[in-house]
Amino acid sequence: MPDEDRKRAVHQALVDRVLHGDGRASAELRARAFRNEGLAPPLDALIGKVADSPAQVTEADLAAAKASGCTEDQLFELVVCAAVGRSSRMYEAGLAALAEATAEEGPDHAP
Amino acid sequence: MRLDVLNRGYRPGARLLFAAVRLFSGRPLPDAAKLTFYRPDFYGALAKEFTHEAMRGPSAWSVGDRELMAAYVSKVNGSAFCVGAHTATAAQAYGDAPRVAAVLADVEAPPVEEPLRATLRMLGRLTRDGEVGAGDVREVLAAGATPEQVRDALAVCAAFNTTGRLADAFGFELLSPEGYAAGAKFLLKRGYR
Repeated sequence: MPDEDRKRAVHQALVDRVLHGDGRASAELRARAFRNEGLAPPLDALIGKVADSPAQVTEADLAAAKASGCTEDQLFELVVCAAVGRSSRMYEAGLAALAEATAEEGPDHAP
Repeated sequence: MRLDVLNRGYRPGARLLFAAVRLFSGRPLPDAAKLTFYRPDFYGALAKEFTHEAMRGPSAWSVGDRELMAAYVSKVNGSAFCVGAHTATAAQAYGDAPRVAAVLADVEAPPVEEPLRATLRMLGRLTRDGEVGAGDVREVLAAGATPEQVRDALAVCAAFNTTGRLADAFGFELLSPEGYAAGAKFLLKRGYR
């Protein structure tokens, strides 16, 4: 496998691990945190901030999620899923844009 | 950190390592490193491997360029811990702190050359908006980057969009300038593994 693909392969292994490997939070909940959709309050607020405005996360967001019945280990997993999920979408969007940009060049412009 | 398990939930081997680091360096292990020891099978092991691959694996970008990208992505995210860490690491890698400070202050400023500038612009857009189009990538290619360099830069961007989010969500403790400099020295010697 070429080196440039190894980075993506390791990233994909991380994505697969946090989504489908063993966890204290259910795979369903981890998938929702990863996609930042379909979560009930107060988890939705915490995960939404991790995905969209991480600098805005407060102690109170984590406290509210804990008070709703999440254990710390579950929160650890769900926050990781939200962070990896958002980054993963950016990575995929960038790679898709690159594929489109290089495909458009066509054979006449190939080096 | 904001979860008690991330402060106290480590296995004896990790705790021993934390104590040894504190003893020999005179500083606690930074939270960014500590986090990777918490249930490493869930996140830390693969996260370290990916970050190391992105930051130190084969690439036409220098280590300094990649550390600068990490600092820039962190700046766009407003992630104070990661800005501090990777500003220090880029400055040491280049041996040129004013260059790094100037680029972070204004990516359009003189010290940054193409295709690095166009690449930073694209990473900034992707980090801010969550998307880029073929047109954005074409600008980077036109500025002289190869498709492989674009791919490599996207990996750096992914790594630090993850780490920065965890730094802010879990509340990594900010370091002193000396603490960031010591961390930078370690990252340049040993990498992220």
